[in-house]
Amino acid sequence: MTKKIKLSELGSLLGGDIEALEGVKIEGDVEIDLGQMGMNPQMAYALGHETAQMALHLMNISRILGYPIDQVLGGQQVAAPKKLSKLIESKFSVGKIEEWKTPIQEVVLGATSSDGGSRKSTITLGGEKSLPYYFDSPMPHRNHITMDVFDMPINMAKAVKSNYEDVINSPAEWAKKVVRDFGADMVTIHLISTDPNIKDTSPAQAAKTVEEVLQAVDVPIVIGGSGNPEKDPAVLEKAAEAAEGERCILASASLNLDYARIAEAAKKYNHVVLSWTQLEINAQKELNRKLMKQCGVARENILMDPTTAALGYGLDYAYTNMERIRLAGLSGDTELNFPMSSGTTNAWGAREAWMTASPLKEDSDWGPREYRGPIWEIITGLTLSLAGNDLFMMMHPTAVQVLKEITQTLYGLKETEPLNIDNWITAVV
Amino acid sequence: MKVNSPLQVYKFLPQTNCAECGEATCMAFASHLIDRSKKVEDCPPILKEGFKKKYLELVTLLAPEIREITIGTGERAKRIGGDDILYRHQLTFFDPTALAYDVWDTMPENELVERVNKIQNFRKFYVGKFLNVDMIAIRCVSGDALKFAATVRKVSEITKLPLVLCSFDPAVLKAGLEVVKDKNPLIYAANEKNWSEVSELALNYKVPVVLFSSDLDKLKSLALTFGEMGIKDIVLDPGTYPQGKQLKETFERFIKLRRSGIKEGQKDIAYPIMAVPLNAWLVYKDTVTASYWETVLASIFTVRYGDIMILHSLEPYAMLPEVHIRDTIYTDPRTPVKVAPGVNEVGSPTKDSPVIVTTNFALTYYTVESDLSSNKINCYLAAVDTDGIGVEAAVAGGQLTAAKIKDTFQKANFEFKDKTSHSTVILPGLAARLQGDVEDVTGLRVMIGPPDSGRIPGWMEKNWPPKPK
Repeated sequence: MTKKIKLSELGSLLGGDIEALEGVKIEGDVEIDLGQMGMNPQMAYALGHETAQMALHLMNISRILGYPIDQVLGGQQVAAPKKLSKLIESKFSVGKIEEWKTPIQEVVLGATSSDGGSRKSTITLGGEKSLPYYFDSPMPHRNHITMDVFDMPINMAKAVKSNYEDVINSPAEWAKKVVRDFGADMVTIHLISTDPNIKDTSPAQAAKTVEEVLQAVDVPIVIGGSGNPEKDPAVLEKAAEAAEGERCILASASLNLDYARIAEAAKKYNHVVLSWTQLEINAQKELNRKLMKQCGVARENILMDPTTAALGYGLDYAYTNMERIRLAGLSGDTELNFPMSSGTTNAWGAREAWMTASPLKEDSDWGPREYRGPIWEIITGLTLSLAGNDLFMMMHPTAVQVLKEITQTLYGLKETEPLNIDNWITAVV
Repeated sequence: MKVNSPLQVYKFLPQTNCAECGEATCMAFASHLIDRSKKVEDCPPILKEGFKKKYLELVTLLAPEIREITIGTGERAKRIGGDDILYRHQLTFFDPTALAYDVWDTMPENELVERVNKIQNFRKFYVGKFLNVDMIAIRCVSGDALKFAATVRKVSEITKLPLVLCSFDPAVLKAGLEVVKDKNPLIYAANEKNWSEVSELALNYKVPVVLFSSDLDKLKSLALTFGEMGIKDIVLDPGTYPQGKQLKETFERFIKLRRSGIKEGQKDIAYPIMAVPLNAWLVYKDTVTASYWETVLASIFTVRYGDIMILHSLEPYAMLPEVHIRDTIYTDPRTPVKVAPGVNEVGSPTKDSPVIVTTNFALTYYTVESDLSSNKINCYLAAVDTDGIGVEAAVAGGQLTAAKIKDTFQKANFEFKDKTSHSTVILPGLAARLQGDVEDVTGLRVMIGPPDSGRIPGWMEKNWPPKPK
């Protein structure tokens, strides 16, 4: 049986004033406040450090008394602060992630004349073997941006609209403008006028618009329906036929419409299917599986849109959903390892992006909305780019420029003069 | 933390199911310890004498992988670090990135006061609370210790926010520390040259300290050396380069540091990380460009592992996205995203008050609710069960339908004939296409509100009360 004594009595046992032991404070009976210590006591002892010797004695006694000193100390760290005269040499190293064994599927968008299309060049998405911009494995293809074009004038935030007023009635001119002036990698033609609740434009008429856009620009294109689940299959079928061989993205197949018809159109006319689900990883798996197994869409013809919610309006779900999908894909889930697309334009739905001022008097001043809108679109896209998104559907020219700049910087395309930041504290800014 | 199942934790608990912690069983309490929604100290019995050993063992096992440190004192003190995971879906990130905005010691006093007030008064309402920013970073630009101390004094007189004292000159830091030694400021920074003197300051004043080197070998060297000297309240600044390859490398350093701490358990370098998006101002002089780029950098390092950051721009278009992206990443993904479906009163509605429909997605609901209440609109607000999906997506996805709307009022026993004089329901503008269906299914008059609830006050002026048919 061990004899029980109070730790406060240890002072006399040690024959010194333990309260004065720097870094070791004894309070009450058993509480040891370790303060800020970390030196290996054995080593300190060997070095003949006096306070460390005392600490070690103290520790041994405590151990004999049955006090769980090792657990408390996380093994055996105890020592008084010690002044070092030079830095401890060290090498930092960290491993790569072993679980990332499955690459993301590569998907080619657009087709040149040698492949039966009329695009000047193609774009490849996917192929990643790690999270974006990670050192584990370089990203094989940079991010790309497709800019929105609508087949009729629509309501837009003022900051967006001012860029398109001259082309708002002509999808072809609008498409030319985004490629020529704003550096769009691709163009998305949204056939929203086909919605029976809007203009109920016929599929044939919509297909004509698609032809016009294909003639106006030589980049790959995305063909978007109106979002009406009854009408979209017919519209996309007709549009796919008009764009035969161009490897357009058909947007979208979803679980709440007849996705098989869209899959069929993609197969028949050589296009890529955008598999769209709403912030639900299991639904995304299910739809991808159906497209592959039930509809026979080849893996290289599938792209996913797991839904983009704006910053402040569900971006947390969109971000985590995409990151989970990408991690699952890299770790071997072959129903999820497809490139991803984001409707980044959704950021403009956030009131912070377009409202003149906060509706709440309690808020600090929101400042001019002209500056809020583009940054809202940028940060929404940038966040998703870090989760693994490959293709961005965007709207505001400034947002496009900035997102391009940052994603291509992280990708490694941007060279700049090396900068010295060592004196940032004294910078006059 | 070194344990991952409630069973492992249970072994260390008293196992009496005394319920003093508020949980029915020790096992339930154990699962709260694993998800970090409760602390060991919430169990009174384990704090008693007989359990001391188990208590101490358990505390060690439950300690987060990344050291948690505190900056400042009192109510506004801020904890940073404390993380256990690399991806938020794995649990949740703890201790939201602390946002520190700078002031400097060459500012005229009136500007200094104005700037500090702007920082500490910034607020943005969001889902039932205000988003704020956290700290003031005081930069010594003058190189004059006395001048710096005077600035620190002035700032500490007018704010309770935690301070970051910034200088590579130990004499300057010491002068600042003398002024606020009882306020637990963070000192920035020790580097390869000044580390010896700065380590003395950290020890003597018992304050947390930043170590700065963009070379990870040297940063680790500094961390080991400080650790050896007994300094553990450490923050690592691996250098934030604002552009080009250097930025790409900065990104990689953040990933490497956090991975080494969490995935590989490299304790000697598992400290909170600091980013300095302010460095955007070293390359861009135009306010809008610099603010945009600073916000871009802040967002990247909020998403990827920055625990504290130093920022400059006070432009609303920089601060608003910064506080929102921080909230985005640190919102606990385990908390429900929905509010209970039903019909709720906003203010004190009468028979003439409008009845407004929205979804039970928490964000939508709270946004509409705050717009109504802050504009003093008395009404009934119906939260339709859309599985927590917002209006636009729920209409497209079939979660918001006429039948669901009818169902919501029925389940709440809300009879339009008794409760209202107008038998009218107002749908969100984004659900306009449901108008006909809702009229058919409910027999009510259906009005279409604005697409954004922020415009309800204007809409009400024009459209309410409804004109008699």
